Amino acid sequence: MNTFFHSVALEKEKCIGCTTCIKRCPTEAIRVRNGKAKIDSKRCIDCGECIRVCPKNAKRAHSTRLDALEHWKYKVAIPAPALFGQFNNLNDIDIVLNGLKKIGFDEVYEVSRGAEVVSDVTKTLFDQNKLKKPVISSACPAVVRLIRQRFPSLIDNVLPLKAPMEVTARMAKNEISARLGMPMEEIGVFFITPCPAKVTDFAAPIGSASSWVDGAISIAKIFPRLSEAMDKEVDINNLERIARSGMLGVNWATSGGESKASFEERYLAADGIENVINVLEQIEDERIQDIDFIELNACSGGCVGGVLCVENPYIAKTRIHRLHKYLPEKQNHYDNSMNSIINWTQELEYTPVMKLSEDINEAFTMMNEIEELRKKLPQIDCGSCGSPTCKAFAEDVVKGKVKETDCVFILRQKVKNAADALSQIGAYDESK
Amino acid sequence: MAGLELKYAVPSAEEDFLGAGEASTSVKKKLRQIGYNPEAVRKVAIAMYEGEINMAIHAGGGEAEVEILPQSVTIKLIDHGPGIADVEKAMQEGWSTAPEEVRSLGFGAGMGLPNMKKYTDTMDIETEVGKGTTITMVVNAQ
Repeated sequence: MNTFFHSVALEKEKCIGCTTCIKRCPTEAIRVRNGKAKIDSKRCIDCGECIRVCPKNAKRAHSTRLDALEHWKYKVAIPAPALFGQFNNLNDIDIVLNGLKKIGFDEVYEVSRGAEVVSDVTKTLFDQNKLKKPVISSACPAVVRLIRQRFPSLIDNVLPLKAPMEVTARMAKNEISARLGMPMEEIGVFFITPCPAKVTDFAAPIGSASSWVDGAISIAKIFPRLSEAMDKEVDINNLERIARSGMLGVNWATSGGESKASFEERYLAADGIENVINVLEQIEDERIQDIDFIELNACSGGCVGGVLCVENPYIAKTRIHRLHKYLPEKQNHYDNSMNSIINWTQELEYTPVMKLSEDINEAFTMMNEIEELRKKLPQIDCGSCGSPTCKAFAEDVVKGKVKETDCVFILRQKVKNAADALSQIGAYDESK
Repeated sequence: MAGLELKYAVPSAEEDFLGAGEASTSVKKKLRQIGYNPEAVRKVAIAMYEGEINMAIHAGGGEAEVEILPQSVTIKLIDHGPGIADVEKAMQEGWSTAPEEVRSLGFGAGMGLPNMKKYTDTMDIETEVGKGTTITMVVNAQ
């Protein structure tokens, strides 16, 4: 499987070469070269920040088209709980689930079901002292990708369990196949996704060789059709009862939801990529103590803040909380038979993408050159060169990707020096 | 021979509390770029952060000099603060002279010097009351 496949991509025609995205990318994965943004696929973690900030909407997330459903005999939707926060005045998630059936799915299986199972296992493993503390959640793929490239010493702290999307896909396929006597290959499972990192995750999964998810459809893409198909005036007594998850699972849509499902206290939930990085730095330096569980979400507010959602994260969060009173606490439990669908089958490996060279001596030489060049730069991080900071520019020069004079300040100095030299040649010396 | 020398000014906690810690974060990033052993990077980050915070709180800041070599990292923390009157006591876990307002922020638990020693391969303290303190720590790459 291609480790560097990405959902986040650039629409070249729309990009005007401004520097908004390069400044906001948390892994410094974007450069503007020849007037267009370029994403380094080795560094991109699919957090979607660039999609969020692009003033020209030139960044987009690849996701599965609705017509892909046709290739499958039996179509199953597995909606992320964030979907339930997108609709106003919703008091029964079955209205949404029935809507999904109306637009072409044969069955709907909430991802909050898998979430409840993951919460159950987390608690069990923690109580059995089988996890390294502090345990870091593995649910947000952008965060896991970030840890893999930037925080190698924390890899062992990452919860070695598949994310709810993957667990739910496997629960659904196993159950449906057994119930209907249908071969697995005929069942297509589609995740209704709030974020591009999850699209990347089914194509290049974390913790297993391949995913059981067959497609990821963006919430924003499905929203208009789904919204229209949903019967909001329906008498809920006449509604097909599909929902099989509770408050604890649905709560995973918002920051803190995963923590609260397994821990009473001694947990920390941080959201927004800058906060996430800061917390990871502090864990690495052992500055955070007395904490058992750390939940990190790349998006502000948690999954409801995903760039493929249509509603503001805080409005969605309020709606999710409003749903609580209509939901049971939880409906899904872990048992030993689920181990094979929950546990990681592949370990997380350090991908040192920040490393300057494979040869440590060469890396030292380059580092010295970078430090020397940095001193000559204006340190104002203007971005005109196409690199996000003066430091990143120095690295790009030393790596041979750009030349020193791509810095307008260095260029101006050189032009001035040349002009001065020229004026000297023709100058008439009055003292003689 | 391959190597890298870095110098940082560490501010005092009173003038810039958040600035204390920036030097160790910067060193950590550079070590990762060089491709240093992750476990050694972690030790350097923890020990240097503790040292920086100590300097910022107790000595009104100072300088950090870091020499990175393929086989080891040497961190020298130089301050012109009050010095340490009783080094042996200061090395005991839980012994602290930090004021209450610093402790309330979760610092000054008396783990600074013991932790620095724990995470480094050698640690040397030169101190004189009224003159200042120089702490030299070495973390081996392997």
